Amino acid sequence: MAAVSLLEARGLTRHFGGLKAVDRVDFDLAEGEIHALIGPNGAGKTTFVSLLSGRVPVQSGSIRLKGRDITRMPAHARVRAGIAYTFQITQVYGALSVFDNVALAVQSRGAADLAADTMAALARVGLEARADQVAGTLSYGHQRLLEVAMGLALRPTLLILDEPTQGLALAEIAAFKDIVRAVVPGATVLLIEHNMDVVMDLAERITVLNFGTVLASGTPAEIRANRAVQTAYLGG
Amino acid sequence: MRADRGLFLHLGVLAALLALHVLAPPYHHTNLARIMVLAVYAMGYNIAFGYTGLLSLGHALFFAAGLYAAGLLVYHAGAGAPVAMIAGVLAGGAVAVAVGLLALRTAGVAFMIVTLMFAQAGYLTILYFGAWTRGDEGIVIPRAARMLGGLDLSDDNTRYLVALGLFALALLGNLALVRSPFGRVMVAMRENEERSRMLGYNPFTVKLGALAISGLYAGLSGAAYGLMFGYVGASLASVQYSILPLLYVLLGGAGTVLGPLLGALVMFYLIDYASSLTDAHQFVTGAALVALVLFAPRGILGTLRARGLRWLP
Repeated sequence: MAAVSLLEARGLTRHFGGLKAVDRVDFDLAEGEIHALIGPNGAGKTTFVSLLSGRVPVQSGSIRLKGRDITRMPAHARVRAGIAYTFQITQVYGALSVFDNVALAVQSRGAADLAADTMAALARVGLEARADQVAGTLSYGHQRLLEVAMGLALRPTLLILDEPTQGLALAEIAAFKDIVRAVVPGATVLLIEHNMDVVMDLAERITVLNFGTVLASGTPAEIRANRAVQTAYLGG
Repeated sequence: MRADRGLFLHLGVLAALLALHVLAPPYHHTNLARIMVLAVYAMGYNIAFGYTGLLSLGHALFFAAGLYAAGLLVYHAGAGAPVAMIAGVLAGGAVAVAVGLLALRTAGVAFMIVTLMFAQAGYLTILYFGAWTRGDEGIVIPRAARMLGGLDLSDDNTRYLVALGLFALALLGNLALVRSPFGRVMVAMRENEERSRMLGYNPFTVKLGALAISGLYAGLSGAAYGLMFGYVGASLASVQYSILPLLYVLLGGAGTVLGPLLGALVMFYLIDYASSLTDAHQFVTGAALVALVLFAPRGILGTLRARGLRWLP
């Protein structure tokens, strides 16, 4: 069992009408790990992380961050408490400069040196040369990186990445993996990802969701060997 | 570090306005004083609408709060102009916060309607307390009460310079605001509220803060208007005075610091010129606005900024 628990969810539930998007999910994140969340389309992955980040209100169940109950905490307060969420569909501020996009994240946590910290966050994803560019004119891959830089600039304890490699070229994916590896163990990463190569390469632990419930949880090797997962998801 | 073009441009505009104090013929001299006071109001409107994305139709309430706080204090309590001015500023801010606490629970069209209703309620309240406010007829503030320190606000020259002083304060304050971290958050809220929330910003408090600053500006303008031009009347609280700053800002360029001044200036002279040509001057301004929305929806300075002057604050 992993060392220190960063986040624990118990009986987490969210239904939309008759659809059980997330149904009584128990989930634990260990501090400093890279944890992947996988599952077929519609398995409830995005709803689940939306419950963790506070974007969608919890119907029942509880969430604890470092032992503190955050179930009813509003989303913006959870960000300040250390949970950063990067959007599945890139949501950078298209009309603002790359610098301003990241500066918004940096000043949110009350940095002492706004300009230096902003440039440092941009440097982590290799966008420092484009600081003055209008974010909307960046290529898709660069916008994804900017999104990640905004997450990193918050200096979160938990960074939730929602399908970060979607639409990226192979070379960009390789660079992205290095960026994520550099985040731990200072922070914990929860990764929703469809690309199995990325998942198997990066994740120390994997949780498989199916029809809103946890199908399996374990190391990449365990998940690969799991019959139920193979049938439900990997098409084995 | 390259020269701060934005700051120089704004200082240049202030210098030009100072030069006009000497150069402008008397008729335009008086107009300009009025335009500068109204531009302060429009700047406040721009902080809420242009920068934060809050389309309010009720700003006349904040303008009137300043106007009446100053006017009633002077007229009924015999307060001096400096006290009245400060009271006006605070009244504008306080009313904006009170309205914001309720209205900011809504967004978009609902926000427009709620703010409009608040302003109408305020307008009717002024009429209701006619014994104090003299309703539509209004209060004429005696010359003796229009002394700001040693400055006689009923004197044309003094009035122009005081208007310029207040305008300069408001303009440079506005410039500093939009360049500050909070200014960046205001724009972020306008551009993408959900994204901003997920960067740790509470949309409600950010918008309330912007609305409060907007109210302080409107209150300052209202108080200055009453004291400088000596008239405090209910017509200045009517819906027309909620629409005016919106038009100024749209014309000059929403989300630009100089847009409100430019919009107020152009609109004022457009109406002035049109009324010298025809009785249907509202048709001319209406046509100008339709043309604006169709061909330059970003306003004058907004269009210039999009066409290459990216540094324009």
